[in-house]
Amino acid sequence: MSVSTSRRGFLKGAAASAAAVLVIGVAPSGVMAAANGADTTMLNPFVKIAADGTVTAIVKHFEKGQGPATGLTTLIAEELGVSMDAIEYEFAPSNPKLYNNTAFGPIQGTGGSTAMFNSFKQYRQAGAAAREVLLQAASLAWDVPVAELKLEDGVISGGGNKAPIGEFVAAASKLTAPENPRLKDPSEFKLIGNASVRRKDTPPKINGTAKYAMDIQFDNQMVVTIKRATRKGATVISFDDSAAKPVKGFIRAATLPNKAGVAVYAENTWASLQAREALEVTWDNSAAESRSSEDVYKELMAAVNTEPEYNLTKNDQAEIAGAIEKADKVVEETFYFPLLAHAPMEPLTCTIEATDDGGVILHDGCQMPTSPHAALAQILQVPMDKVQVNTMFAGGSFGRRATPTVDYQVEAALAFVMTDRRRPVKLVWSREDDITGGYYRPAFAHKVRVGLDADGNIAGWDHRVAGQSISKGTPFEAFSVHDGVDHLSVEGVTPTSYSIPGMFAGLTDIKPATTVLWWRSVGHTHTAYVMEAMMDAVATAAGRDPVEFRLAHLAGDTPDQKRLTGVLKLAAEKGNWGKGAEGRSQGVAVHKSFGSYVAEVVEISGDAENGVKIEKVTCAVDCGIPVNPDVIKAQMEGGIGYGLGHAMRDEITLENGEVVQQNFPDYEPLRIGDIGEIETHIVLSTEAPTGVGEPGTPPSAPALANAIAAKGPRVTELPMTKAGVTFA
Amino acid sequence: MAISLKLNGQTHKVDAEPGTPLLWVIRDELKLTGTKFGCGVASCGACTVHLDGEPVRSCQTFIEDVEDAEITTIEGLKSTPAQAVQQAWTELDVVQCGYCQSGQIMSAVGLLSENAKPTLEEIDDYMDGNACRCATYQRIRSAIVRASEIMEA
Ligand code: FES
Ligand code: FES
Repeated sequence: MSVSTSRRGFLKGAAASAAAVLVIGVAPSGVMAAANGADTTMLNPFVKIAADGTVTAIVKHFEKGQGPATGLTTLIAEELGVSMDAIEYEFAPSNPKLYNNTAFGPIQGTGGSTAMFNSFKQYRQAGAAAREVLLQAASLAWDVPVAELKLEDGVISGGGNKAPIGEFVAAASKLTAPENPRLKDPSEFKLIGNASVRRKDTPPKINGTAKYAMDIQFDNQMVVTIKRATRKGATVISFDDSAAKPVKGFIRAATLPNKAGVAVYAENTWASLQAREALEVTWDNSAAESRSSEDVYKELMAAVNTEPEYNLTKNDQAEIAGAIEKADKVVEETFYFPLLAHAPMEPLTCTIEATDDGGVILHDGCQMPTSPHAALAQILQVPMDKVQVNTMFAGGSFGRRATPTVDYQVEAALAFVMTDRRRPVKLVWSREDDITGGYYRPAFAHKVRVGLDADGNIAGWDHRVAGQSISKGTPFEAFSVHDGVDHLSVEGVTPTSYSIPGMFAGLTDIKPATTVLWWRSVGHTHTAYVMEAMMDAVATAAGRDPVEFRLAHLAGDTPDQKRLTGVLKLAAEKGNWGKGAEGRSQGVAVHKSFGSYVAEVVEISGDAENGVKIEKVTCAVDCGIPVNPDVIKAQMEGGIGYGLGHAMRDEITLENGEVVQQNFPDYEPLRIGDIGEIETHIVLSTEAPTGVGEPGTPPSAPALANAIAAKGPRVTELPMTKAGVTFA
Repeated sequence: MAISLKLNGQTHKVDAEPGTPLLWVIRDELKLTGTKFGCGVASCGACTVHLDGEPVRSCQTFIEDVEDAEITTIEGLKSTPAQAVQQAWTELDVVQCGYCQSGQIMSAVGLLSENAKPTLEEIDDYMDGNACRCATYQRIRSAIVRASEIMEA
């Protein structure tokens, strides 16, 4: 997704002069705000400075652990000239006109690793404008030219004067903020790129005071759990709650207006869970999904073995197939990727509360405020401007909290609409609800045939992909579906950053077996695996070193190829490529996703038959200017763990339409002993910053698979344990 | 049934049915929300609290079994190992989403209280029941080592 700079708009400065708070924002309109008496509600404040000098950054991206509460705050602090300790943060209210994600259009939301990418300039401009207007106020007060003043660590000094910024807030709030404040040259950065900047959200998260949506505890709230159909598409005919009635704290049960389930209202969570357990529901299964995973598997395999529905490369498949046929050697592999649940640590939950003026507040670890905002207004028949979203900490997401159908917030609204609205309704999902509840990473298959000429060069690459589209039939279709092709199904294959002569790629959509969703790194979860496993297999067949072979196919001078080359060389060097410890095997993978470039070397001991142990992962990342190096490292560690854990042993399977797995015991999370050490190296770059939440994930599983293949089988169907790999 | 609980040094009277998990009494009755619900089946460790200093999974600990015990939640931590753990967690910025971290910290304090200088293997063994979906494991391991150093100093 690209954004032209002019779309980002210009600075707007204004003031709530009565309250003597300096409020600085950036407007998409490009119109300067009137300084005095300006309607501050029309501004999107990114920074507020109170008369006591308290600086607050307004963070428009939700915090699920990926770091925006620290990152966006750093940008303001850097340009304004205050220390990280002197700046607080708040999450922005729901208002897509003001807090839209510039990469998404008129939508406020977080995803696609865009938070830093779309905020880098905006937040710096806001910080810089605040700095300049404060300096201007000091200049007037002291009668000292601005050029002789400086603002450092929250203190303005010059011309023999010295005072904290708080003293100038009242005066500054009557001035007009500059339209084009000077941004620091990267050489002047003190906080951006500083590895010693600590996370802003650590303190509340280590003493139990951080509030997640699950922690909402209104005195008069009702807790609702929902008994849902075990098969997608089934609807409620009737229910019998006679066994639920004796449960202490049970209030009542009611069929949701859309008949997708029965809401169980209770005084507390345990009572709701108990009563739900006791509830008997009769389902209409006539429209319910009845396929099993084996059926879906067969359908996918059939699809990659027939003419693809869409020709992605718009070239002649027969010609390329012919070239491969005539090649010296042919390498062919067929891959399968199962459904995967996101399983964020905090199960889904949100609370809806009525306000005195006839509106509602949604308390939610909200990833895309714009979508539930509109859904609540519609379902609850409340004007848009009377819906508020209180964004709280989210206990992970990995994509799950951003469904195009707004699934759990809609459930909460439907449960709320069936009440007299006097009591807040808190919807709680159990872990079983989460694991069985749909919205999975879709199952995909790939079949790839590569021909090699006598010199070991690629003579043709025939690549077919089949799977369920994430975007089709959703409001996001316009963003990612073009000419029938959902980009999210093929990103990473088309386009690939490799120079591959004679490449054909095709896609076949399969019809829904369940609801599917973006899952940390989306299409790259399977495309990177296939591309990187194939590059390895082809290098081996050609008798060439896997790193050298990749570099040879990244030798052009496109920025992508140069940056991939950079991270690949760095990971190989730091990971001692080719010089692993005695008895160990290494595997490598490199991939671009979400504008960032990541290479990983995985070193294992043991083998597939006797037990593989992941000893070390060496990672190199190029994500442009590294704003918070330690957060970037943490995201690489997390992304790698997330990718490896699922590839090792997780899958969601269907049996006659029902999900088999229920909870962590059969959807086993990565555990502390599973990975030895992860070492991350960050490329020093001057390019604009790009995302880090997702790009660490794609190379991890194929690098592990390639390490296993060094001494054993090439795993082409996940999870690895199902393919016969044992882990020590 | 009326039950009296000794929690974080205070006695609380609560009314709960036998078989109610301690987790839900702590969260929904006492409104101490630092102890988290992750799985309900003793498989993730997010709900870890101390019973007489020993980490237990409060989602599978029943209210009728804890009347005589001293219960400590994340909000009531103050031992020397606890301070060392929280300091180490801060130095290393262990947290990401943070949702598992109360449980991680309760377990880490449990470990260091019985073994002030654990080996990496002992750390992995002891912490095996505490899942972190954000995969902060490497920092958890380093922070426990660091906390052990802080305790020694
Ligand atoms: S909630 Fe108790 S172990 Fe998961
Ligand atoms: S920090 Fe997110 S689950 Fe552990």
